[in-house]
Amino acid sequence: MYDYIGIVILLPFIGFIINGLLGSKIKSEKIIGIIGSSTVGIAFLLAAGIFFQMLSLPIENRSQIVKFFTWLQTGRFSVDFAYQVDQLSIVMTLVVTGVGFLIHVYAIGYMHGDRGFFRFFAYLNLFIFMMLNLVLADNFLLMFLGWEGVGLCSYLLIGFWYEKNFEKGTTNDAAMKAFVVNRIGDFGFLIAMFLIFLNFESLRFESVFPRAIAYPIGDSTIFWISLLLFVAATGKSAQIPLYVWLPDAMAGPTPVSALIHAATMVTAGVYVVARASIFFALAPTVLTIVAVIGAFTAIMAASIGLVQNGIKKVLAYSTISQLGYMFLAMGAGAFAAGIFHVVTHAFFKALLFLGAGAVIHAMHEEEDIQKMGGLKNHLPITYKTFFIAALAISGIPPLSGFFSKDEILWKVFSAGYFPLWLIAALGAALTAFYMFRLTILTFEGSPRWEKSLHPHEAPPVMTIPLVILAFLSVVGGFIGIPHTLGGNNAIEKFLEPIFEKSEIILTKATPNTAVEYLLMLLSIFIAVAGILLARYYYLKRGDLIEKTKEKYSKIYSVLWNKYYVDEIYDAAVVKPTVKGSEKLLWKIIDINLIDGAVNGIAQLIGIISSYLRKIQAGLTQSYAIYFIAGIIIILAILIFQ
Amino acid sequence: MNPIENILNLILFTPLIGVLILFLIKKDKQNIIKATGLFFSIAAFIFSIILFLRFDSNDPNMQFVYKSIWIESLNISYYVGVDGISLLLVVLTTFLTPLALLSSWNSIQKSIRNYTIMMLLLEVGMIGVFVSLDMFLFYVFWEAMLIPMYFIIGIWGGENRIYAAIKFFIYTMFGSLLMLVAIIWLGYYASTLPGGKFTTDLLELYKISPQIPAAIQGWMFLAFTLSFAIKVPIFPFHTWLPDAHVEAPTAGSVILAGILLKMGTYGLVRFSIPLFPAAALEYLPYLAALGIVGIIYGALVSMVQTDIKKLVAYSSVSHLGFVVLGLFALTQEGVQGGIIQMINHGLSTGALFIIVGMLYDRRHTRLISEYGGIAKVMPVFATIFMIVSLSSIGLPGLNGFIGEFLILLGAFKSEFLNSHVYSILAATGVVLAAVYILWMFKRVVFGKITNPKNQELKDVSYREIFVLIPIVIFIIWIGIYPSTFLMKSEKSTKQLIERIENYRTGKFNINVR
Repeated sequence: MYDYIGIVILLPFIGFIINGLLGSKIKSEKIIGIIGSSTVGIAFLLAAGIFFQMLSLPIENRSQIVKFFTWLQTGRFSVDFAYQVDQLSIVMTLVVTGVGFLIHVYAIGYMHGDRGFFRFFAYLNLFIFMMLNLVLADNFLLMFLGWEGVGLCSYLLIGFWYEKNFEKGTTNDAAMKAFVVNRIGDFGFLIAMFLIFLNFESLRFESVFPRAIAYPIGDSTIFWISLLLFVAATGKSAQIPLYVWLPDAMAGPTPVSALIHAATMVTAGVYVVARASIFFALAPTVLTIVAVIGAFTAIMAASIGLVQNGIKKVLAYSTISQLGYMFLAMGAGAFAAGIFHVVTHAFFKALLFLGAGAVIHAMHEEEDIQKMGGLKNHLPITYKTFFIAALAISGIPPLSGFFSKDEILWKVFSAGYFPLWLIAALGAALTAFYMFRLTILTFEGSPRWEKSLHPHEAPPVMTIPLVILAFLSVVGGFIGIPHTLGGNNAIEKFLEPIFEKSEIILTKATPNTAVEYLLMLLSIFIAVAGILLARYYYLKRGDLIEKTKEKYSKIYSVLWNKYYVDEIYDAAVVKPTVKGSEKLLWKIIDINLIDGAVNGIAQLIGIISSYLRKIQAGLTQSYAIYFIAGIIIILAILIFQ
Repeated sequence: MNPIENILNLILFTPLIGVLILFLIKKDKQNIIKATGLFFSIAAFIFSIILFLRFDSNDPNMQFVYKSIWIESLNISYYVGVDGISLLLVVLTTFLTPLALLSSWNSIQKSIRNYTIMMLLLEVGMIGVFVSLDMFLFYVFWEAMLIPMYFIIGIWGGENRIYAAIKFFIYTMFGSLLMLVAIIWLGYYASTLPGGKFTTDLLELYKISPQIPAAIQGWMFLAFTLSFAIKVPIFPFHTWLPDAHVEAPTAGSVILAGILLKMGTYGLVRFSIPLFPAAALEYLPYLAALGIVGIIYGALVSMVQTDIKKLVAYSSVSHLGFVVLGLFALTQEGVQGGIIQMINHGLSTGALFIIVGMLYDRRHTRLISEYGGIAKVMPVFATIFMIVSLSSIGLPGLNGFIGEFLILLGAFKSEFLNSHVYSILAATGVVLAAVYILWMFKRVVFGKITNPKNQELKDVSYREIFVLIPIVIFIIWIGIYPSTFLMKSEKSTKQLIERIENYRTGKFNINVR
């Protein structure tokens, strides 16, 4: 089965080629949609086949490399198109193709009637192809191909409706911002690769990681490699300070937000840290940085999410916040827990976005939740599934989010990061609050929209994926039930061979069962409190909202304006660079100084020669004078020598 | 005569035969003139494909060598041959010339016969530069090629064409005069050695020149390098470039950016570095630094341009800065990256100029602000434009990435540069490239159509697609399977690196005498 990995990767690419080249000729949305989603669906089935074969193999044989051809080779540098099928990459592959397939199907309904229908499916398939390269690559360079490739697809899909305005600019401003901010992160990835090659003479995981173990903890090379990889991760996975592109990425069609900007691409940074966990384990300082950034991103984004009114905007900040939790897990050395949260988050966050898409469709492209309300009777399936997802992300047992988030909180606590645990717990309360604020304002209470809108439930092609994702959001956590609750934490056990070497390096605290129970109860209490508070505010005491706003108007305005980070970046980086380049570099240095000097020399020569020309005016008398003067000078020299 | 042994002559003289035939065709038979020009340029390309296929990648030395005495008293000969480095550039030249002719199929109206003749003469000059193994012959081609380019800009150019043509001519001429002095000095130096005589034979001079005292090597190196630096152009000798590009007709810009600039970087790797290793080792930090200044400065100035052609012109300064950095890293990765980046830049920037030309043909303006929303009326055009732009940005999977990655990696590990700072600074160019290209792309292609004149623009014609598709194929080919090209130059660059290494460790002098 392992050899089929090539087909898994290639299928979406074939879909991309067919729809991309022939889509405008095919015209039939049905055929385009079937090609687009079936390639991903079959890829999922094959990946599942590989997964089950993997389960049947003894642990030491589970990781295998499938090589195709040499990509880049010169001197001692050599990198292949080769894929590493192992426990970590197969989990990611299943998520990408599985959730990806459901979103493709949903998009057939969502994109119905769009002029660029074929283009949309071509881009989506290209995205899946690139994402599979990212997670399956057996070396850093191929991973980087996928890494930048998904960035390209993200760019193309954010700006998909290229004529549309978005907030203060156009969708393409948002697309470009995403690409450029990601490139800043990619800069870190590049330098990290150079350092890796310089020290290990290879970019292949199989050659690099076993040799990395020999390095001492705290080694400065490893420190820089891990830090730079994390810089890359902050770009792709939207962490402080490079998270600013993700809220704007909501300019793209909603299935894109679900697939790329929630379930899969944005978790690539987490994947990189997991893949290179040995580096991070050997660089405790970086690990602390990762944990701190993760925790602060989690709380900061959650706090912004409290006050936003765009349905997708709230979900975007929620995604940034949840990604923060994943990094917090990584930073605490709980790599498997982080990946577990990647999986469950893919289920419930994709569901939330797709639900939001159904709402936006029903509301005729309205995204402001202040203009919604009371939709639960009109969109019953959407409401129920959305509600389940909201419970899952808030951490209500036994839904999936409870297990993965609780695992992270517990690991952070037991790793001794008490302040970060506190921040994360507070973030969990905020999460429950903003999720239910969102759910209530959208679906409950009285309608705040025109009767003429006639919102109605989405067609089955959209609701069936919602139901499946809702099911997964409920049961998805069962793959990681902790031992304290009588489970066997299957996913952690499955991933163990990937992380065991890193985890040996990190000192493990002895688990204290009583404390774990206590914390678990506490986090359930936090989630329930958050939900009840939201219900109290938004269903019972609407009058309190305005009062609170007024009382804390300064805090509110900071949150509403997202801590002014966009404005600060604009004033500190973007404007000075553009103005400086235009006024100083181009106008002054290039045109006046350099080219001025060039033209100046030319003019100078012109002036000199215009004088020289006068000397040779053709007058015999003046030539005679030059002649005599010359003789006198020569004589003078000879005499006075 | 064996056609394979003479294949270089065949490639070199095919366009020249085309010129002779063109003289026989009446001026008003426009289509026949165009077809003849295209035919001979394609013939030269076919010959160069044969050359490419027959080239032995395992041999680092000059191949397909042909030598015949030219000026006996000065020991000057017509001496040509290719190694892996020049091979790729010859193929690039013969590949781009027919495409350039095709791209200007309808846009050139004025004296089409003279135009076609100039383009073919230009091709001869460029191929000659890449295959010459005699420095005198090299110099002749180097200078001769200026003349057709001067006319192409000066006659078929834009409004300010005379200023641009003269600036281009004098600027490059100034540099090459110093090189001529250096060439003569080298020949003379050879004659002062025991048993030596005046020679301009490059391979002979390779053996002799490293013994030149280091101080004099420095001056020689600077004379050659200044000439090449102007051609590349390396900052701060670049200001002729935006003017020349803006005024040149599309085909002129394609050749100028695609090939002429490569003659500068080729000169560095063929002459400056191997002839004067001591000087190269001394000056390389400065040249690498200038390369980096070019990368960043070119990118920033490119970003704020309002004219698309100027934007692409400044982007060339940035891209060629990468090549300079790679060459002076003097590692296998760096030099290989530099060479493949020369090809990449020829492809992507050549294509960008063709694309700008297509817009210009339709709207007769190059101002970015005149466009916007083109994607709606010209979807196929927009798609190809996107691919080419992404190649220029250095997206992995396309050609630009291969070059930039190898260059940055080579500079990073270079013992000669001995500092990671070069590579780290240069890598910021990767971020900036995304900014200036995507910003331009956004303003030209995306958004709503705000200018009613753009409402009726026609998408690319079959001829236009035919010009761009071959370039796109190579953009993807090099991105996915660069070995086809990298392996050709692998051994030659290895030899170059070893040469410098040997010189540094002192082995060189022992080997020669």
